Amino acid sequence: MIAVFVQFIVDALTLGSLYALMALGLVIVYGILRLVNFAYGELIMVAGYSLYLLNGSPLPWLVMAAMAIIMAVLTGIATEYVAFRPVRERSVTAVLITSFAFSTLLQNAALLFISPRSRPVPLPELFSKTVQFADVIIPVRNLLTIGCTVVLLALFALILRRTVLGIALRAAASQFRMARMLGVPANLIISTAFAISGLFAGVVSLFWLGRIGSVVPSIGLEPLLVAFIATVIGGMRSLPGAVFGGYALALIDTSFNYLLPQDLLAFRDAFTFSIVIFILLWRPEGMIAGPVSGKRT
Amino acid sequence: MLEVQNLEVCYGAIKAVKKVDLLIQQGELVALLGANGAGKSTTLLSIAGALKSSRGSIQFEGEDITALSPEQVVRKGIAMVPETRDVFADLTVRENLRLGAFIHRGDTEGFSRDLNRIHSLFPILQTRASQPAGTLSGGEQQMLVIARALMSRPRLLLLDEPSLGLAPTLVEQIFELIRKLQQTGLTILLVEQNASIALSMADRAYVLALGVVATTGNAADIAASSDLRAIYLGT
Repeated sequence: MIAVFVQFIVDALTLGSLYALMALGLVIVYGILRLVNFAYGELIMVAGYSLYLLNGSPLPWLVMAAMAIIMAVLTGIATEYVAFRPVRERSVTAVLITSFAFSTLLQNAALLFISPRSRPVPLPELFSKTVQFADVIIPVRNLLTIGCTVVLLALFALILRRTVLGIALRAAASQFRMARMLGVPANLIISTAFAISGLFAGVVSLFWLGRIGSVVPSIGLEPLLVAFIATVIGGMRSLPGAVFGGYALALIDTSFNYLLPQDLLAFRDAFTFSIVIFILLWRPEGMIAGPVSGKRT
Repeated sequence: MLEVQNLEVCYGAIKAVKKVDLLIQQGELVALLGANGAGKSTTLLSIAGALKSSRGSIQFEGEDITALSPEQVVRKGIAMVPETRDVFADLTVRENLRLGAFIHRGDTEGFSRDLNRIHSLFPILQTRASQPAGTLSGGEQQMLVIARALMSRPRLLLLDEPSLGLAPTLVEQIFELIRKLQQTGLTILLVEQNASIALSMADRAYVLALGVVATTGNAADIAASSDLRAIYLGT
């Protein structure tokens, strides 16, 4: 019984860590621009294909992983330059369309230049190892996921509190125009937000693909959906809300995984979304309200 | 020091400011008066670069700043205290002030010097330093916003309705403070609904009506003129 419980906790925390990072990457941009970056899932795809293309190179895995993350960061910044900056000040609809277009463009580039079929990504040996704890067998990958997430979240929180750029990011999320009138450059803040978004997507990609072992062009769809739902649960405009929403969604998902009988498991998402609907009826703003709203720029 | 010529600002199809000319000399306190919707805040926001003018020009210390972004305007030495106050509610008082000094962020020595000065002007902000700005009272928030603007070491301060929604004793305090700032040689452009106080302090005043300058002159002359109330009420 205890064994099942420990297993459950580790599973929920592992999934929650991934969900939380994904949600955070979406909210960091949404908080500042009040716009959802629909090309967010493709950042995960880009990191995945970078790993695939580096497959077979003599580099150590950690270097390949770092390069994949850097590619995700660069693609994040590119999203801003290509899809957001040219139309940002004109209309919300235009940005929605350009971010969808950029997402489609990246996916189709992967289809055309690589393959519509799934491609293997290199993974470190450590990922397939397990540790035994009492009589519970836990994959090392899960522990790494949780550990990396905790370190990354702590580091991110520290940067937001201690550095001027971090304080400026938080300020811009509540009163963007006022932050600009104090001299905070809009473009710097927005690019930074996209870069951080890419960093989170890149890290998520390593562990997300670590579960599957391969990458396909449509790999980004599920993470985007998950991140979106987690942020809706947690509160679209709150960073702690995104983290909370990620873990909450994972807890719901994992509970159904354990509780539902085999023949209902295929409908797990239907159960999950029913709960999400109830949460939204109860708290339409999400669980944690964001900072007092300023105007969209 | 500041010269606004023929300014026109639109929100979509609506012209909020039709033709505004302002001239402010170094060290002056100039009041900008007018009824609601006369275009006062719009004028201030477009000087600060937050709104783009559709016509006209804005010169500051002989330099054309019409097309500059807000983040560039503050670097030229113009700080804005908006009517909406816009404290960063979930940031602490100290973080708000630190952001006020964003354009001097390399200068930690200057920052602590400025912070000491701010704390002697507004002792309450020192007491509240680690509190989120959103938990401050309206008067304290107004002081914070003025203090935050001063942290950028401006030569021209744009003050939009600093007394709005404050209790009379606090209004008194805020104006006492503005007087102090004026004595330090800071040039101030003040938008104020409380015309009598504003005119008692200001050197000169402009009265806006429906987006154009209706009257201008010495503050005392305008205070004495009989049609002030009429213009002010927008009739």
